[in-house]
Amino acid sequence: MEALKKYLRKPMGVVGAVMLFLIVFVAVFAPWLAPYDPNVRVEVEPDDILAPPDAEYLLGRDDAGKDVLSQLIYGARVSLIVGFTASFMSMFIGTTVGLVAGYFGGRIGTLLMRVVDFLMVIPDLPLMLVIIAVMGRGLWNIILVIGLLGWTYTARLVRSQVLSIKERQFVLRARSLGASSARIILRHVFPQVMPLVIAQAVLDISVAILAESSLAFLGLGDPTLISWGMMLNFAFERALSRQAWWFLLPPGFAIVWVSLALVLIGNTLDEIVNPRLRTHHLFDPRRMVALVAGAPRVETPAEE
Amino acid sequence: MAILDVRNLSVDYLAGECALHAVEGVSFRLEQGRSLGLVGESGCGKTTVMMALLRLLPQEGRIVDGQVVFDGRDLLQMTEAEMRRVRWCEMSMVFQGAMNALNPVRTVESQIVEVLLLHDAVDRPRAARRRAGELLEMVGIPAQRGRQYPHQYSGGMRQRAVIAMALACNPRVLIADEPTTALDVMIQAQILELLERLQAELNLSLIVVTHDLGMVAELCDDVLVMYGGMIAEYASGDELFNMPQHPYTRRLLEAFPDVEAPGSTLASIPGNPPRLDALPPGCRFEPRCDFEGRTAACGQEAPLPVEVSPGHLVACHWARRNL
Amino acid sequence: METQPILEVSDLHKHFPLARGVWGTLTRMPCRTVRAVDGVSFCVEQREILALVGESGSGKTTVGMNVLGLQQPTQGHVCFDGVDVAEWVHGRGVSVESNAQLSGVSRRRRVMILRERAQMIFQDPYESLNPRQKIFDIVAEPLEIHRLTASREEKAERVRLALETCGLAPADHFWSRFPAELSGGQRQRVAIAGALVLEPRLLVADEPVSMLDVSIRAEILNLLHTLRRERGITILYTTHDLATAGFFTDRMAVMYLGRIVELGPTAAVLSEPRHPYTRALISVIPAPNPRRRRKRQILQGEIPNAIDIPPGCRFHPRCPMAVEACRVSDPPLREVAPGHRVACHLA
Repeated sequence: MEALKKYLRKPMGVVGAVMLFLIVFVAVFAPWLAPYDPNVRVEVEPDDILAPPDAEYLLGRDDAGKDVLSQLIYGARVSLIVGFTASFMSMFIGTTVGLVAGYFGGRIGTLLMRVVDFLMVIPDLPLMLVIIAVMGRGLWNIILVIGLLGWTYTARLVRSQVLSIKERQFVLRARSLGASSARIILRHVFPQVMPLVIAQAVLDISVAILAESSLAFLGLGDPTLISWGMMLNFAFERALSRQAWWFLLPPGFAIVWVSLALVLIGNTLDEIVNPRLRTHHLFDPRRMVALVAGAPRVETPAEE
Repeated sequence: MAILDVRNLSVDYLAGECALHAVEGVSFRLEQGRSLGLVGESGCGKTTVMMALLRLLPQEGRIVDGQVVFDGRDLLQMTEAEMRRVRWCEMSMVFQGAMNALNPVRTVESQIVEVLLLHDAVDRPRAARRRAGELLEMVGIPAQRGRQYPHQYSGGMRQRAVIAMALACNPRVLIADEPTTALDVMIQAQILELLERLQAELNLSLIVVTHDLGMVAELCDDVLVMYGGMIAEYASGDELFNMPQHPYTRRLLEAFPDVEAPGSTLASIPGNPPRLDALPPGCRFEPRCDFEGRTAACGQEAPLPVEVSPGHLVACHWARRNL
Repeated sequence: METQPILEVSDLHKHFPLARGVWGTLTRMPCRTVRAVDGVSFCVEQREILALVGESGSGKTTVGMNVLGLQQPTQGHVCFDGVDVAEWVHGRGVSVESNAQLSGVSRRRRVMILRERAQMIFQDPYESLNPRQKIFDIVAEPLEIHRLTASREEKAERVRLALETCGLAPADHFWSRFPAELSGGQRQRVAIAGALVLEPRLLVADEPVSMLDVSIRAEILNLLHTLRRERGITILYTTHDLATAGFFTDRMAVMYLGRIVELGPTAAVLSEPRHPYTRALISVIPAPNPRRRRKRQILQGEIPNAIDIPPGCRFHPRCPMAVEACRVSDPPLREVAPGHRVACHLA
């Protein structure tokens, strides 16, 4: 409750939440909101191809004569499904790896972190392209690839937090009470990192959506589904030469809209839960001293 | 004339719609070269008083009443620019936990030099370094160790370094907020001795804010006991420790372990200090007071401090009646 | 009848190897060690309160951790209830197999029995309680871990009893709150209640009052004293503050740099300290009266680190009375009066 109140006091966070809510609403009620079903083949006249917007087709038509607005609305579904599922997956893997590596340390920890390092240094997009090209362009393949490659940052974040949390006295206390490692991790360590993980997961959703759009734009999207990336791909290939901006701009704008919403939410959550960003000047002696010393600026120490 | 004369200082914290009275009607005087101990439990407002003196209250804090006369000038009337010249140069403070707030990536010497240059105490970097060395020697750290980083210092040495920094511009008043908390007993004694020596050598006026009566008994000429944001008792050290009048002071003294008179149990003060958002209507100590002289008036009206003997103020209905 | 001591520590050593770093490994430098505890022996009788006094770096907390089996001794033994704690926690051993309750049970079960009998209270009540758990869950957690209660009602009853024993009455007024809503003294009471629900026989209290206001310390110390009187709990109380230790402990062991330098009945140690370190420690305790200001005998410098321990008596570099013999030979702990032992050439 306290956290919710804090959240509502941040205007950026509220704007982000409203923006995201709109998109989720559109995605859920797509069949009712969309004027046409984009999956239904339509008979086209030559004039209908890439027809500009008019009263009937608010965002014009594409090269197959279908309504762009309806495709956009249905595309939200794909983007959100990919975003949420993939980020949930990477959150789960990242948190588990981070907890295990941080809590147990030792050889397991080192091994896991080397795997993380290995995945981190490989550029994501080319690797995804290769994997999708080999595995095939199904929706689930795309989700799996994004989810399985996106957990490394979360793992690092969680591990670094766990390293400090496990040295805290309440963990030692639990140990001296006879608690098992599993209990300590689930009851005492995980609740402390959870807020950070959630903030990170929200940011990850936007990364996943962008990744899906990139893949689709490069022609590796699921061919049976309309996604924003796919629309961009078609528009780029077939509409750009004919200046059909109504086919190109809306999906691009939608991607920006959703990413912006998620980044706003994620950053606001981070601001609330991240211990490094949360200080009060009375409780931060370093700043206090600087204040009294009359320092013109407050130095941020290099370690932070 | 007193170097510092605080009259009827009151501080509120704004919390949403309402104002919490953190400090109410605190007055004290500090002569040049004397020392004052400000004693109370956590949350009694002692640090708030000091922050108000230096006008460093957090955003929510407001000084609603009172005067802080420093060397004949009211600090509360000064502009921010004038105030900046008073802080550190004339009245300096060692903050609680400041020893853990030294910049970890810069040498101790360079941090002292920065203070000196910022306040125009010296005009050339070379002179500043020489002065930094002198300051470190003064607090018992060999000057060449100034080139080390804070993490190479022990806790006691970091506290010494922070004191050296506070003394950089030759202030006349030094405020030390819990200077020995979280240090070992032997280091506590070393810091105590250091403060004692510095006070004598530099003719400093010293204010020690602490919850430790032992430290006050060792170091301070006068003692101000605060409870719930108000004065409970204000007297010379000798009077306060030997003729305590306020029930709270008495209980505090009884709760203090004395190795020379060990008994099997220690007296304790039941209950908790009042919360700022639920202050009792009468005497702040009334809910925890078990003194036989208490009356119905204690629960209704906050007692004002009265002078029971010259220089000995007590805020208690019982003391007032027995004048 | 001579009873067997509940806790017997004999020649306990705990060394921590330091990492050598890349250069050290390449040049095969000898691995340096921190000798945190370096030959400590003492025993604690049933129902006794023993104070382990020393500054930070003296190894007193490490002794406590070894006593509870939270760390393994490098050398030496800790015997609790007649069983070697290291064998108890780890493999099998003679002392475990000869014990009727412990032989033949799984390792996990054995550790549980140890945890049930010996509990710890930590220094910082702001740190030792999980900030995201409610008071009830904190106190009930040991019961859940040890599966000691059958029903919810029974659990609530035991939590209530523990909280109220520790002076948090009425219990339901406190148990739905979070630690952040309580004062320091109340939190330390919660921590003690959390240790008490298991009804342990030994309590290791690691500086339980050093983070609290002086005015609240008395309450916590009185509580510990009452627990001993009413429940017969044995308490190992570590502290750096001789004044609080003087109030309620029976015996006192003064530690310096991993060794006990003086051990004896509290009253005797405080009134007739034999070791110069103990004398210095006593002289710096502030008297609560300006008329009784004493000559403080302040030791210069600080406790050296436990890597380069001085030869001879480890206290001699700071000792005001050191003679030649102190630089050369290490004084053993020897008896100077009944039950009063000192490690000093001059005592």
